[in-house]
Amino acid sequence: MLAFLGRRVLIAIPTIILISIFVFGLQHLLPGDPVLAMAGEERDPAVLEALREKYRLNDPIPVQYATWIGNAMQGDLGTSLRTRQPVLELIGEKLPVTIQLAVMALLMAMLIGIPAGVISAYKKGTWIDWVANVTALSGLSVPNFWLGIMLILLVSVKLGWLPASGYSPFMDDPLTSIRNMLMPAFVLGTGLAGTLMRHTRSAMLGVLRSDYVRTARAKGLAERTVLVKHALRNALVPIVTIISLLFGELLAGAVLTEQIFTIPGFGKLVVDAVFNRDYAVVQGIVLCTGIAFIFMNIFADAAYRVLNPRMRDQ
Amino acid sequence: MSAKAKLALAFALTATAGMVQAADLRIGLQEDPDVLDPDQSRTFVGRIVYASLCDKLFDISPDLEIIPMLATEWSWSDDGTELTMSLREGVTFHDGEPFNAEAVVYNINRSQTLEESRRKSEIASITGVEALDDMTVKITVGAPDATLIAQLADRAGMMLSPKAAEEAGADLGLNPVCSGPFKFVERIQQDRIVLEKFAEYYNADAINFDTVTFLPIPDTTVRLANLRSGDIDMLERLAATDVASVRGDSGLKLESATSIGYQGITINVGNGERANNPLGLDSRVRKALSLSIDREALNQVVFEGAFTPGNQHVPPNSPWYDDRFPVEARDIEAAKALLAEAGYADGVTIEMQTANNPVQTQVVQVIQAMAAEAGITIEIAAKEFATMLSEQTAGNYTSTQVGWSGRVDPDGNIHQFVTTGGGLNDAKYSNPEVDRLLNEARASNDTAVRKQAYEAATEILMTDLPLVYLYHPAWIWALDASVEGFVPYPDGMIRLQGVSMTE
Repeated sequence: MLAFLGRRVLIAIPTIILISIFVFGLQHLLPGDPVLAMAGEERDPAVLEALREKYRLNDPIPVQYATWIGNAMQGDLGTSLRTRQPVLELIGEKLPVTIQLAVMALLMAMLIGIPAGVISAYKKGTWIDWVANVTALSGLSVPNFWLGIMLILLVSVKLGWLPASGYSPFMDDPLTSIRNMLMPAFVLGTGLAGTLMRHTRSAMLGVLRSDYVRTARAKGLAERTVLVKHALRNALVPIVTIISLLFGELLAGAVLTEQIFTIPGFGKLVVDAVFNRDYAVVQGIVLCTGIAFIFMNIFADAAYRVLNPRMRDQ
Repeated sequence: MSAKAKLALAFALTATAGMVQAADLRIGLQEDPDVLDPDQSRTFVGRIVYASLCDKLFDISPDLEIIPMLATEWSWSDDGTELTMSLREGVTFHDGEPFNAEAVVYNINRSQTLEESRRKSEIASITGVEALDDMTVKITVGAPDATLIAQLADRAGMMLSPKAAEEAGADLGLNPVCSGPFKFVERIQQDRIVLEKFAEYYNADAINFDTVTFLPIPDTTVRLANLRSGDIDMLERLAATDVASVRGDSGLKLESATSIGYQGITINVGNGERANNPLGLDSRVRKALSLSIDREALNQVVFEGAFTPGNQHVPPNSPWYDDRFPVEARDIEAAKALLAEAGYADGVTIEMQTANNPVQTQVVQVIQAMAAEAGITIEIAAKEFATMLSEQTAGNYTSTQVGWSGRVDPDGNIHQFVTTGGGLNDAKYSNPEVDRLLNEARASNDTAVRKQAYEAATEILMTDLPLVYLYHPAWIWALDASVEGFVPYPDGMIRLQGVSMTE
């Protein structure tokens, strides 16, 4: 196992370097000068030139890259062109917010998607199956931003149950924090719940047809036991894979959701940074997300080997 | 009543009074401000925060007169090169440092020399600043500069605590220390900026809130939803399309002011190769384009009539507006005749850049439809804002629908845009006579002389049309009905002096 992990981490290093070159290069190919984006309508040529010098934007791109990656390796991702905050500090500030959103959304998706998938597989062909499928499909097809705005208008404006937007740190006041996050997590979660329901359903259908389920039933076990202990447990293996894949979708969905509900998270940070051509922030974020993804993958593969003994020898 | 009892009663009264006004005012902003250092910041939205955080040497009244703030009296020397100011007594910075002539000297120097300063060009005319005594400052300018006081009525005139500024250097924006009615408490990027009432503020009696919280909420629908649900107390930049709905809501109030800025079409008349097209080469084609646009209809269709149609760099309600050229009615026949005269009887095709947001796209689409009837085919090139600006600067465009947020002094709305080599002259328009007139207007402190120069320049620009002005946006604020005393200003700022909340 250790050798496996070691190998994977070693392979990850060139990948990370490739990602960083790719991001750096692509970003500099974008039209729109960062200094001009910073200045907005107040463009003063002398000031612009001074800023370009200051942030070394006049250097050749390979030199800029070398400087950046050199500093990054020492843990210095630079400062935001827009607010002067260190990029690492910004990321540290925003990441917990998005993680909280992602975890709550994932919980929501699992709470809705897995039981719905199990039930609809079990009641295959009945009206319950039909309702579950239609609901899942609508969950998948309704855009997050629309659902978000509708929910704000209904739940916050009309009913006044939950705050329309904003964020409060979980550590300061867990209850308020959860209340704030409930709607965004729901919006983000429903989209995923649909995917999860569909996958749970097909995995369950496969398992329900298998011999050991028939055997379990023949032994006269209670239907509940058959369903949960025998069928679902085996169906869960592919579902775990799906969930780890959904994590990427979750981060992408968070961008929009955070924008609508004004949650100061990672997604909002990256969108604003791109629009403001805040190079240092975009680079820092992409590098960190890249690394996070690679490690998520390594982690998922390791978990797989733990769950499924047959994979260990491969 | 014993002295002790009196004291207790007084204390209780203060405490209750405190409770009645123990209020937090929550303001929804359209964007997250950039760095909170007046010398480095550049966003409009940042200035809204400064209005509560940092006092300036001068302020403006709602009708754009310059009024005293930290400078109480001032006078120009006869030759217009020396400005002497008396300063307000008893003002302290948020860190307890005194405000005095030395502080002014420090601040002007900082704006001029800090590497990251964006104020350099605004006060470039200043050649010297000295403290005559503790409360008197003399500023010397190289040549008369009529625009200087207006610059000092904005970020260039905001006073920072010299001690704090010296210690923090370019990082002051992480913890700004000024002398305004509120002091900085905390900022969480993209989430909130919290300010707290500054007890030693010289005009503290006019401040009725203990704290003010600015919340950036970019989506207009969501911003309004937050106001309706009571999560915020007021918001800036309500979408014109929401005006009717706010008016119909008894729980809300609406305030608006015509802005000092404008939206228009900048035409490439000399910025490289791409100026070589009918629109760039022939002012008659530009005039035809202008004549084909029904500015009032544009205002009605896109902005529900909330904005002000315009055809000059200042709005029709400004004292600097030239009445000899009122906003023209649409005249398709005249437009067609002009095109024919210019040799384009069969029509012309032009490209127009626009920022790819729904409102600006709609503006250009309406113009496209109107111009088509005169034989001008517009091909729309929607671009992300930063890209659009850089194409415009590089001369890689035919025409751009773009605007300007406006300046208190008219010079700020026109000089850099049309003078030869002007920093914002993306049209690369050049006319020695316009240069001469606008430089003259800039150098005189005599309003009559300035007005005459602007009128002469307007007359030329109305023919040459490097910029076709369209409309002047309105700043629209929506407030909870319980918010009292808010005064709309044409600069779009939110001044909290005198604002209160009733229960």
